[in-house]
Amino acid sequence: MKIKQLSVFLENKAGRLSEVSDILGGAGINMTAFSVADTSDFGILRAIVSQPEEALQLLKNAGYAVSLTDVICIKCPNTPGSLAKALHVLNAGNVQIEYMYAFSMGEIAQVVIRPADIANCERALETHGIELVSSDKLYTL
Amino acid sequence: MIWNETIECASREYLSELQSKRLRDCVNRVYHNVPYYRKRMQEAGLLPGDIRTIDDLKKLPFTYKQDLRDNYPFGVFAAPMSEIVRLHASSGTTGRPTVVGRTRKDLDIWSECVARSLFLSGVSNKDIVQVGYGYGLFTGGLGLHYGVENIGAAVVPASGGNTKKQIQLIHDFGTTVLACTPSYALYIADAIKDAGLDPAKDLKLRVGIFGAEPWSEAMRNEIQTKLNIKAHDIYGLSEVMGPGVACDCEFQNGLHVCEDYFFPEIINPETGEQCKPGEVGELVFTSLGVEGMPLIRYRTHDLSRIIPGDCPCGRSTVRIAKLMGRSDDMLIIRGVNVFPSQVESVLLSMSETEPHYMLIVDRKGTLDTLTIQVEIQEQFFADNIKGLQAVEKKIKSNLESVLGISVIVQLVEPKTLQRFEQGKAQRVIDNRKF
Ligand SMILES: [Zn+2]
Repeated sequence: MKIKQLSVFLENKAGRLSEVSDILGGAGINMTAFSVADTSDFGILRAIVSQPEEALQLLKNAGYAVSLTDVICIKCPNTPGSLAKALHVLNAGNVQIEYMYAFSMGEIAQVVIRPADIANCERALETHGIELVSSDKLYTL
Repeated sequence: MIWNETIECASREYLSELQSKRLRDCVNRVYHNVPYYRKRMQEAGLLPGDIRTIDDLKKLPFTYKQDLRDNYPFGVFAAPMSEIVRLHASSGTTGRPTVVGRTRKDLDIWSECVARSLFLSGVSNKDIVQVGYGYGLFTGGLGLHYGVENIGAAVVPASGGNTKKQIQLIHDFGTTVLACTPSYALYIADAIKDAGLDPAKDLKLRVGIFGAEPWSEAMRNEIQTKLNIKAHDIYGLSEVMGPGVACDCEFQNGLHVCEDYFFPEIINPETGEQCKPGEVGELVFTSLGVEGMPLIRYRTHDLSRIIPGDCPCGRSTVRIAKLMGRSDDMLIIRGVNVFPSQVESVLLSMSETEPHYMLIVDRKGTLDTLTIQVEIQEQFFADNIKGLQAVEKKIKSNLESVLGISVIVQLVEPKTLQRFEQGKAQRVIDNRKF
């Protein structure tokens, strides 16, 4: 259950992130989750949005370097130790993770994972009964 | 096929000897026939007898385009008007054109050099060559024209413009070789596509000979793909002769210079010293054997370098690198000459599209720093910091090995760097206060 994540190249300058959210917001595209990874002079905005293809085109037209990346999202109870359990599963399954970020809503926490090998990651999670979030559910949260 | 093996494959000793002899003749000619040159040599304390070999060339003063303008129209001619058979002129941006006069022998030299260029490009007497350079005061059209006749190929004197007609001629005549400016070649290529023609199926074009303006390797690739041809670079400037001073061979790695007639030097545009072999600098030409308007150490303001080593094509004539821009753009950073065009060629070699970049020079304390901002391109963008840092590092190390100084590379968002200022690409911001 792959999910399309929007990745945007951003310079480390004031106002860049808000410009991107303005562009998406202006087109009625909602950001469900995002994270920013950065170095001293540039960063990458990673976001789960309601209409990834439209967002891609929109930002491309606005002159951004942007791409869609396949990620996986898991759901676990928002309680101590439940993330650890999921991570043990990935560890045991030898799943390499490039990056991950999480967000929680009430009882539930969702974790976006970018594994080096998507299929391998899916298998490991499914065999241990960890729930994957489908794209239509996640995009419209 | 090599047009003139005796010269083009000659030993270095033979060439130097020939060049030295022709230089002596040339210096004698201008000293006695051109007051301007006599005055400049006298100011430098030189007599014709002081110039014995081609190595003595560096003793002679430079000639600038302004000198030709100051002597408008015929002041630097070294032959009487009774011997001049052709006049050409290039339009000057500042008003006065630059006029050149050629004797019958000069025209023979020209057609000899263009013949070599055509053979360098793989053209033979079986070809049909369409000349899409303008005919007239500009040297492009007539220059190519007589060279084509000299090798016995068929010339189609289409001149420039009227693209529909050009395409009709290419199609109906089965033109195999197109000679024009590279930008016009691209324009024709697009018009051919719009006309619903497929060059591979519908046309017989196989070779292009393009020059009269600088063009990049990326542009060469584009033209070659779109027209399904091999595209050659021909160099020349009307003051020196016109097209045919140099042209690249089948290996497309540098342009072989007709150095028996036009001796190239690469100099540091600041100091006027000759550069070490392989170093980038300003191209300077001295004509050898020319009668009408020989030039002594003429400053072209074009940047290039001598490509060291032998060319696999078997010719021994010296090669200059594809033109790299204008010397007026040179920066001196920590005592090293840096040309924006070097940055461009490094970036071009790493990508398939025109790179956008900016050079920013700062002075921190007593130390100059060079920052190069590069717009991130689609193909470089990876959703991972390590990947982007690797791109940055690769650009940095490639630039440092070419420029010879350390640089800071910054990736910036696409379309954020200023594109043009008054029609000219603005590539440099120099924040140093001198
Ligand atoms: Zn060669």
